[in-house]
Amino acid sequence: MGGISGRPRLGRRPVEDLLAARWLFGTSLAFHIVFAAVGVAMPLFMVLAEWRWRRTGEEVHLELARRWAKGTAILFAVGAVSGTVISFELGLLWPRFMAFAGPLIGMPFSLEGFAFFAEAIFLGIYLYGWELVGPRLHLAAGAAVALSGAVSAFFVTLANAWMNRPDGFTLVGGRAEHVLPLTAMFPPGWPHEVIHVLLSCYLASGFAVAAIHAFFLRRSPKSAFHRAALGIALGVGGAAALLQPLSGDLSARQIARTQPEKLAAAEARFETTRGAPLTVGGLPDAESRTTRFALEIPYGLSLLAFHDPHALVKGLDAFPRSSWPNPLLVHLAFDAMVGLGLLLALIALLGAGLAWRARGVPTGRRYLGAVVVAGPLGFFALEAGWLVTEWGRQPYVIHEVMRTADAVTPVGHLALPFATFLLIYLALGAAVGLLLWRQIAHPEDGAAAAGAGR
Amino acid sequence: MTPAFLLGAVLLFALVAYALLAGADFGGGIWDLLASGPRRAEQRRLVEHAIGPIWEANHVWLILAVVVLFTGFPAAFAAVSVTLFLPLVLLLIGIVLRGAAFTFRTYGRGDRLARSFGAVFSSASVVAPLLLGVSVGALASGRLRVDPAGAPRSGELAAFSPFTFAVGLLACALFAFLAASYLTVEAEGELREDFRRRALAAGVAVFATAALALALARSEAPRLFEGLTGHLWSAALHLLTAVAALSAFGALYARRPRLGRLCAAAQVALIVLGWGAAQYPYLVVPDVTLLGAQGPPQTQVALLVALAVGALTLFPSLYLLFRVFKGERPFSILERRPAQRPPP
Repeated sequence: MGGISGRPRLGRRPVEDLLAARWLFGTSLAFHIVFAAVGVAMPLFMVLAEWRWRRTGEEVHLELARRWAKGTAILFAVGAVSGTVISFELGLLWPRFMAFAGPLIGMPFSLEGFAFFAEAIFLGIYLYGWELVGPRLHLAAGAAVALSGAVSAFFVTLANAWMNRPDGFTLVGGRAEHVLPLTAMFPPGWPHEVIHVLLSCYLASGFAVAAIHAFFLRRSPKSAFHRAALGIALGVGGAAALLQPLSGDLSARQIARTQPEKLAAAEARFETTRGAPLTVGGLPDAESRTTRFALEIPYGLSLLAFHDPHALVKGLDAFPRSSWPNPLLVHLAFDAMVGLGLLLALIALLGAGLAWRARGVPTGRRYLGAVVVAGPLGFFALEAGWLVTEWGRQPYVIHEVMRTADAVTPVGHLALPFATFLLIYLALGAAVGLLLWRQIAHPEDGAAAAGAGR
Repeated sequence: MTPAFLLGAVLLFALVAYALLAGADFGGGIWDLLASGPRRAEQRRLVEHAIGPIWEANHVWLILAVVVLFTGFPAAFAAVSVTLFLPLVLLLIGIVLRGAAFTFRTYGRGDRLARSFGAVFSSASVVAPLLLGVSVGALASGRLRVDPAGAPRSGELAAFSPFTFAVGLLACALFAFLAASYLTVEAEGELREDFRRRALAAGVAVFATAALALALARSEAPRLFEGLTGHLWSAALHLLTAVAALSAFGALYARRPRLGRLCAAAQVALIVLGWGAAQYPYLVVPDVTLLGAQGPPQTQVALLVALAVGALTLFPSLYLLFRVFKGERPFSILERRPAQRPPP
């Protein structure tokens, strides 16, 4: 594909406007992605707790389901409204992208709309229906929220997979012709990205929730409430953390074939080489085409990307300089994601061993301390991974088809909405943090939680 | 019946549903702001109780409309985005603050912080419909211009004019009217009287703002005005809308709240449909039409199939939601005292 950057442009926007548009969209997504991930995973935790209550009759699990449901309500509402911002900003900031890509990524987005409907409807029934609906319907409503949350993430990731590897159309004079909506909906590489994203939602949310309960379990080691909570959150998050490296391996092999420049930037590989080493850490410098302070593992990258120590790995030199992503950003984000992911997998593995030995939830003080420290790391890894895929696709918004600079809105003065939304996100983040802290630290019905700690 | 026409109908249907459902939620916020009298706290509690379980689901109709627009009519989505940039950004801020503050208030009950969340919730509930109305008015006014390549030819403030503000006020009045009509059904005793009076007052405001918007449309939105006045169907539409409005008034006056609710909803639906019909075939008057903005027909057909399949899951779930929270026979017009339900 030749790309459509050559077609007459409607007047280039100043660089500041492009930057402001990217900052605004990036900030909006970085904010939304946290709530979206929690919205996928929290309902699963909540419904697992309720299911255990219905099976065992142990009140701690009911209390847990109710408390998690409140947290889910707050986080889901912020996710819903921040997601609305994204759906409008797609057009407000990138109208030329949407004019081209709307019909191609519209199918997953419209199906996601119905999944979002199901999430909102059944969450309403779940949150407000404890006394209004029967036990089976209530549990089923919770399961429907958990399922439709995952389905939402599935569809949205399909749209991103298309931007990374567009398919299902022929480019004729800058327009998409011969559109095949279903081919566009499932572009090459979609399974890897979808699996990776879904696992990251459970991983990040699981470790974040586990950290909160591990913190309180260190304070009151006998609390059955926090023990039950830790069991579910760490169980789901830990399982995801153990599976994630496998999914990461699949993804790396996928992008080695379909987005080699992204892999080259992520691995700080400037020269096309056979038997390429794996570059860990270091600061890639695009001008001198070198990476300083890096640790190199011989044959590592060829092994990783192609499962063959002598495989040919494309470096950035195989691509014109004007279509390079920024290797410094992509490499650092990639190393952060992989490093944190492996660390969390290690903590999960350790937890599994301790749980097997203790025949129950691991509650050793030192292990709990590690879980507390690991709390935010899953979300750091998730954000870093998202940055890898977005920065790694630059300068394109649609890989090899449309440059980000050509997609930006002709409307100016974008720094103002950026500043405004930044303030709103900071305020919302602070409010959410405060409310959740209050829910956890000073529950209104504190008696129930304390009573559960027999 | 081309795919483009059907998708246009789906778009309008989603907007009608958004007005009837989410519109009433915004209206609830307006009544939260205007809560007054000896039962001020009870009024606010009823609003919170009524919209709590359903506002997020109601909100999704807007997302559906946006998605249908950019999938089916991508050029129109781009044109709307560049010409309505400022009102849409402000609308988004209103939507974000309304939803977040409402939830924060629900879960941070009882103290000063919760009261400030309440203030944000209720003021954002006025700002959002106002800007929604401004945006709709601007789309119809002919003031938004784009060139064939999709670049804006109208200024960033083009959306703001006396006519579009009148439509914004009309939206606020309509949503307040809807909310009060719905709440009259859901309230009991003296609270019911409170909302019945409010519904009647809001009905008068609807009439006044609609008359103002129509008067201004004559010079400021001539094509819309012609659509609203120049056809045989427009006369029939006005007649139906007038019948619905008068019946809503009559039913409220005669203390038949369920009938009043139905007529109020019919009136609002007819007004939105009337806007759509008067503007047809334009999505953005006068530069963007349904056919001119349409995407590839293959996608339109696939989207219609997806919408049909989605509807099969959506409508039963929606019915269940309203059945659970709005009592048995959630949409019936027969008066029967609904069983008192314990608060969640």
